[in-house]
Formats: sequence, structure tokens, C-alpha cells
Amino acid sequence: MVKRLTVGAHYGFRDWLGQRLTATVMALYTVFFLVKVLLLPAYDNAAWRTLFAGGFMKFATFLFFMALFYHAWVGVRDIWMDYVKPVGVRLFLHSVTFFVLVGYAGWVAQILWRL
Amino acid sequence: MSTRTILFKIYRYDPDKDRAPYMQELPVEVEAQDRKLLDVLVRIKALDDSLAFRRSCREGVCGSDAMNINGKNGLACLTDVASLGNVVTLRPLPGLPVIRDLIVDMTQFFKQYHSIKPYVVSNSPPPERERLQTPDEREELNGLYECILCACCSTSCPSFWWNPDKFVGPAGLLAAYRFLADTRDDATNERLDNLNDPYRLFRCHTIMNCVDVCPKHLNPTKAIGKIKEMMLARAV
Repeated sequence: MVKRLTVGAHYGFRDWLGQRLTATVMALYTVFFLVKVLLLPAYDNAAWRTLFAGGFMKFATFLFFMALFYHAWVGVRDIWMDYVKPVGVRLFLHSVTFFVLVGYAGWVAQILWRL
Repeated sequence: MSTRTILFKIYRYDPDKDRAPYMQELPVEVEAQDRKLLDVLVRIKALDDSLAFRRSCREGVCGSDAMNINGKNGLACLTDVASLGNVVTLRPLPGLPVIRDLIVDMTQFFKQYHSIKPYVVSNSPPPERERLQTPDEREELNGLYECILCACCSTSCPSFWWNPDKFVGPAGLLAAYRFLADTRDDATNERLDNLNDPYRLFRCHTIMNCVDVCPKHLNPTKAIGKIKEMMLARAV
């Protein structure tokens, strides 16, 4: 039987707390966003653009997406850890997930500040 | 109480003889004195002595006769025959290697239990008599110390099925909190460090299968929540 210590990485608590905090940010933003949308004067492209014109809305939306990507990083990584056992394949999938999420973050910034 | 016939479907596997596991169908006449499922299993053993299962105290204290009864883990000795329908399916506890029939290899389960150091670790010199606690301090241990290690909870937990070598499992985590909550224990930091990896504690996703099946009506999920609270209090 393998005598190796099974405890290695000490990021369990940090990721768990991170997921809870990011979930809270997303929940608050969802309510805030729905209220903002309901209060729109009209449902057209001009109103949609005005909604995101303000600096605070840009900031809050960006924060929402950052929270979403961190949340997704922990969640998707956990799925790879549960189901993919070969280290090489798992490292590849972790890397792809990480870079895709970082790419999305840049894309979100570009879209938000272009509006 | 009148007699009735129950059709038992029992998982059978003897690795020395059988190529693969199979389900044995066995109609059994249940009599009035057969109060618990274990009574019927003992009757079946008299009919077919090749059936293997563990049992000892026959009153829910030793935890030997844990098995999967109609799809749900439980102790045969605490399961009322009257609560069972006319078809009863018995399988070994899921997720552990089968040694024979209803007997599973609990090595991995106990390895996880031992990994949390299930004993008081104290740095203070041993007192002349015993280490005292106030009644309130002792109260904290209620609902934790009663675990009989039957493995009903851990073997109903998908996280334990997936990572039995890395996830401590509900039984082990209940025991971990039992010693974290003990005022006589001095190893709180080491215990929390030992659980702070992505698997050992945090593979619990609070689905509460453990609470659902515990024959002693304990609540491992609550204990796991309290461990997380302790980690939070330590971190911020």
C-alpha cells in the first residue's frame, strides 16, 4: 500500500471561499441587472447602449464576468480533477480552460468599453 | 402477525467460484418472530449456508451488517421486516470492493478514518485523574461521538465513490469534527491543515445522502459545515 501523504495542495479552502464570494457577486448583479432592465424606457438598441454607457454599469458588469470566470475556473477544474486521471491530459485540459477564460475576460472588456 | 412470503433478490459473488456477480432469487416465508431484516438473513443462512454477510451485535451498535437494502444503505439489524415490501433486493455497500456476497473490503474506508487522527492529541502533561470538560463543552460532542463506523454514509456518497483515496468521506469528516470540537484537543491547526486540500474536505458538495442513510441519525453534513466555519474563522 502506498504510504505517500495524500495532502499536498493547500488551496481547498481558498477556492471554496472564492466560489461562495463570486456566487454572491453574481446573485447581487443579477438582481441589479434585472431591475435596471425593467426600468429601461424602451426595449431597443439605443436604450441598451445607454444602459451600459455609465461607468458604474461597465464596472459592475465587468465584475460580474470576472466573478463568473473565477467561479467557472474552480468548477470546471474540479470536473477535470474528478473525471480525468492521466496527468498529461488533465494538465492540457486545465491549461485550455484557463486560457479560454482569460481570453473571455479580455473579450468582455473589449465589448463593454466599445459600447 | 400472519406469515407472508418475501421474494429476496440477493447479490451473490464468490470470486473463487463465480466468473461474475449474479442476483440470487429466493422466496422466504417470513414468520412473526422475524422482526428485523437480520432475523430473516439468519433464516436464509440456514437455508443456504453459502451466503456470506457480516453481523455481530444484532442491535445497531457494532455496525457490521451494513448493506444496500432496496437501493438504500442501512443496517439489516435495524430494518423492520414490516417496513419492507414483498420484494427485497440486497446488495453489498456500493463503491467498495466486494470480498464475497454482501461482504465488502473496508480498508479504504478505515484508511480515511485513520488519516484524520481519531484520538485526542494533547500537549499538556497528563493530569492525575482525567482531563475535565464542562457540561457545555461535553454537549458539543453529542451527535458526533455516536458514529459506529458502519460506512453506510461514505458508501452512499458519490464524491467518495469517485475519489475514495483522496476524499475523507462523511464518516471520517464527522470524526474529524468530533476531535476539532473537543476542548481537550490541542491539534486544531494541524487538523485543519490536514483537510485543506481540494479533495479531503472540499469534495463534499452538500448533497446530504449521508444524513439520509445514517442509521444512528447523525448529521455529517452539519459537521462538515462546522469544519468549514472553523477554517473561515481561522483565515479571516
